Amino acid sequence: MSVHTLSVLVENRPGVLARVAGLFAARGFNIHSLAVGTTEDTQYSRMTVVVDLKTKSLEQVVKQLNKLINIIKVVELDNDAIERELALIKVRARGDDRARIIEIADIFRARISGVSRGTITVEATGSADKLAALQDLLAEYGIVEMARTGVVALGRDDRGIKERMLRAASDE
Amino acid sequence: MSKVTGSEILIKSLEAQGVEVVFGIPGGAIMPVYDPLIDSSIRHILCRHEQGAGHAASGYAHVTGKAGVCIATSGPGATNLVTALADAKMDSIPMVAITGQVPTPMVGNDAFQEADITGITLPVTKHNTLVTDIADLASTVKEAFIIAETGRPGPVLIDVPKDVLQGHAEFHWPDSVDLPGYRPTTKGNLRQVREAVKLIMEAKRPILYVGGGVIRSNATDELFELATEGRLPVVTTLMARGAFPDSNELCLGMPGMHGNYTAVTAMQKSDLLIALGARFDDRVTGKLAAFAPHAKVIHADIDPAEIGKNRKVDVPIVGEAKDIITKMVAELRKAQAEFGGVPDRGAWLKQLADWQKQFPLIFEQPSDGLIKQQYVIERMYEATKGDAIVVSGVGQHQMWAAGHWKYDEPRTWINSGGLGTMGYAIPAAMGAKVARPDKRVITFDGDGCFQMTAQELATMTVENIPVIMCILNNGYLGMVRQWQELFFEERYSQVYLTYEVPDYVMLAEAYGAVGLRAESPEEVDSVIEKALSVEDRTVVIDFRCDQTEKVYPMVASGTSNDDIILGPGQEAPQLDPSAATLA
Repeated sequence: MSVHTLSVLVENRPGVLARVAGLFAARGFNIHSLAVGTTEDTQYSRMTVVVDLKTKSLEQVVKQLNKLINIIKVVELDNDAIERELALIKVRARGDDRARIIEIADIFRARISGVSRGTITVEATGSADKLAALQDLLAEYGIVEMARTGVVALGRDDRGIKERMLRAASDE
Repeated sequence: MSKVTGSEILIKSLEAQGVEVVFGIPGGAIMPVYDPLIDSSIRHILCRHEQGAGHAASGYAHVTGKAGVCIATSGPGATNLVTALADAKMDSIPMVAITGQVPTPMVGNDAFQEADITGITLPVTKHNTLVTDIADLASTVKEAFIIAETGRPGPVLIDVPKDVLQGHAEFHWPDSVDLPGYRPTTKGNLRQVREAVKLIMEAKRPILYVGGGVIRSNATDELFELATEGRLPVVTTLMARGAFPDSNELCLGMPGMHGNYTAVTAMQKSDLLIALGARFDDRVTGKLAAFAPHAKVIHADIDPAEIGKNRKVDVPIVGEAKDIITKMVAELRKAQAEFGGVPDRGAWLKQLADWQKQFPLIFEQPSDGLIKQQYVIERMYEATKGDAIVVSGVGQHQMWAAGHWKYDEPRTWINSGGLGTMGYAIPAAMGAKVARPDKRVITFDGDGCFQMTAQELATMTVENIPVIMCILNNGYLGMVRQWQELFFEERYSQVYLTYEVPDYVMLAEAYGAVGLRAESPEEVDSVIEKALSVEDRTVVIDFRCDQTEKVYPMVASGTSNDDIILGPGQEAPQLDPSAATLA
C-alpha cells in the first residue's frame, strides 16, 4: 500500500467534484479521503485527496487529474506537510465512564463538544494516526457513531500552491 | 447593440467560429436553435439517427482536421450521441456536440426528455459544459472549439437548456477566453530531442513507431523528412495509415494484432522504438511484458499521461508531433553531418527487406470459388489507382482494408480504432464526403456493421452525398466467428447473420441508392466498374464473400507478438525471443 496526499487546486464551479471523483472511479484509483473547501481566492477551491495506490502509479493519477480542464494545479505534499483531520466521536458514557472518557479526551487535547444523557461527543483534531489512536481507546466504551472530515493539508514551504503555479507558467 | 435570442447567439457563435457544416436532428429542447439556422450560412445535414450525426461529424473532422459539429435534442437525442463521443475521445477526434436541455427550472426534475448528459458524458468527452447563463454562451462555444482542436484533440459537449436558448442578450464574440486549467505543452523540449537523436545515432535497429498523433498534428511532411534523412524504417499504426507513404521502401506497414509479419517483428527485434503520437495500445503491443523486449524507447506525445502509461520510456518528449519532429530533423541532420553520414544499418534494412519478401500479406483468390474479401479491396485499389478516401467499420473487413489498400496520403484512411465502433463506416463516410466533395469516398464495410447505421443512406440520398459502399458480405459477424473458430473449438454462437437478409440491393434501392451485387470473382471487376461510373448517387455493392476467410497474420489476444500466426501456407521462423540481436 502506498498512500499519498494530493493538494488539488480547482476552479470553483459546479460539477468539478464529480469530474474528479468520476476520474478516480473510471481509472481505478482508490480514494482514501477527499476534502473540499474554499480557498483565499473565491475563484478556486482546494481538494485534499488522500489516495491509496496499490497497482497504479502516482504519476498516472497526477497526469490524469491535470487533463481535467477545471483543474488548475496538482501537487503531492511532502511527508512533512501539515496534515489535519477533524473527528466527532459520540461515545456511550454512563456513570464512572464519563470521567474516564473526559480524561482520555484531555490526553489527546480533544474537546467535549456535546453531552447527552447517555453519550459524550468528543471533538478531536490531528493527524490520521492520532485520531485512530483516540478512536481505539474510546471504542472500549462503545462508539455510537463517528464522523471524520478527511485530511486537509498544506505544505510547509514559503510558497502557496498558486505561486507554484504561476512560477511553473512563467518557466515555460 | 440590440439583444438577440440565445439560439441566435449560438448560431452566430458557430458562424464566427467558421463552422460550415453541422450534422443533427431537431427535437423539443433544441428546437429554438433550428429557427435561426434557416437564415444561417451554415449547412445543416439532417441525419436519421443522432449516432449517425455524431460519426458524420467525426468523419468530417478526420478529413479536415477541424472540429466536426453535431446537434441533438435533450434526453434520447443526447444519449444517442454517447457512442460517437466515446469513439471520438478514444481516437482523439476534434468534435463539438451541442445538445438541447430541458429548461433550467426543470433540470433535475425528471422532466420529459431529460437526461443528465453532462454527467453521462463526463468520462467520454475531453470536456463538457452545461450553460446556465446566457451571458456565458458565446464564450462557452469558443472554449469548446479551443479545447476540442488544441492539445490532444477530443470531443467537447455543450448542453444548453431551452430557457437559455429562448432568453435574450447581446451577442459578443470574445477575442480570447480564460482557461486557467488548460495549458497544453506544445513545444518539445530541445534537450530531450537531442537526447533522442543521440539514441537514434547509436541505434542499430531503430523503428519509427508512428501513431495517429502525427496525422492530427499535420506532421506527415516532417515525418517523411525524418524517416528519409535518417534512413529510419517506419511502421504506421491503424490510426496512422497514410501518415507515411506505403509506397516508400522504408514503410513496413501496420503493426499489431493483425499487422503484417515484418512490421510486428521489426518492433519485437528493434533496439530503439521512436514512438511519435502513438500510445502503446494493447492491440499494438500484444502481451506488454513481451513487447519489444530489447528496445529503448523514445516517446513523443502531446499528452503527458500517455508517456510511461504502458511502457517504460527512456526519453520522454511532451509536445506537438509537428514541433518535435521538426526539431528532430534539424538535430539529426547536425548529428549525421558530424558523424559523416547515416550510421550503417545495412544489416537491419536488409533483414527487414528479406522479411517483407518472405512474409508478405497474402491471400489466394481461386478463380471458381467464393470471392475473397481481400480481392475486392485490391481490385478496387487497382480500379481507382488508390485515389480515394477509404472508410471502414470495425472487424475483419477493417483489418483487410487497413492492410491490403496502399495509403500514400494522410487523411485518406478513416476508421474507428480505439473504441472499435461497429457501424462507423456509413456515417463517417458521409461526413468525409461532405468535407471533400471533390474526392471519391469508398467504404469497406461488414454486413454486421452496415446494418447498424444503414438508415443514413436516406440522408446521403436526400442531401446528395454520393459514396461507394462495398459490403464484404460474409453473412457473419466475421471477427467473432473467427475467434470462435480458433479459440472456442468452432462452437459458433450467435454470429450467423445470413447473406440474404436484408437484400442489400433492394435495401439500397429503397433508399434511393444504386444497389449492385457480385457473387463470383469474375463479377468483381465489372461491378466495380459499374459502381465507379455512378457519380451522382450512393452505390451499395453486396459482395458475397467467403464466410470462412480469416484475418492473418494474427497475434492471439494476451499472447506475445513473437507468437504471431501467419496465413495458410506461411510458416513463421522461430526467432529466439531472448536474443538481443538477430540470428
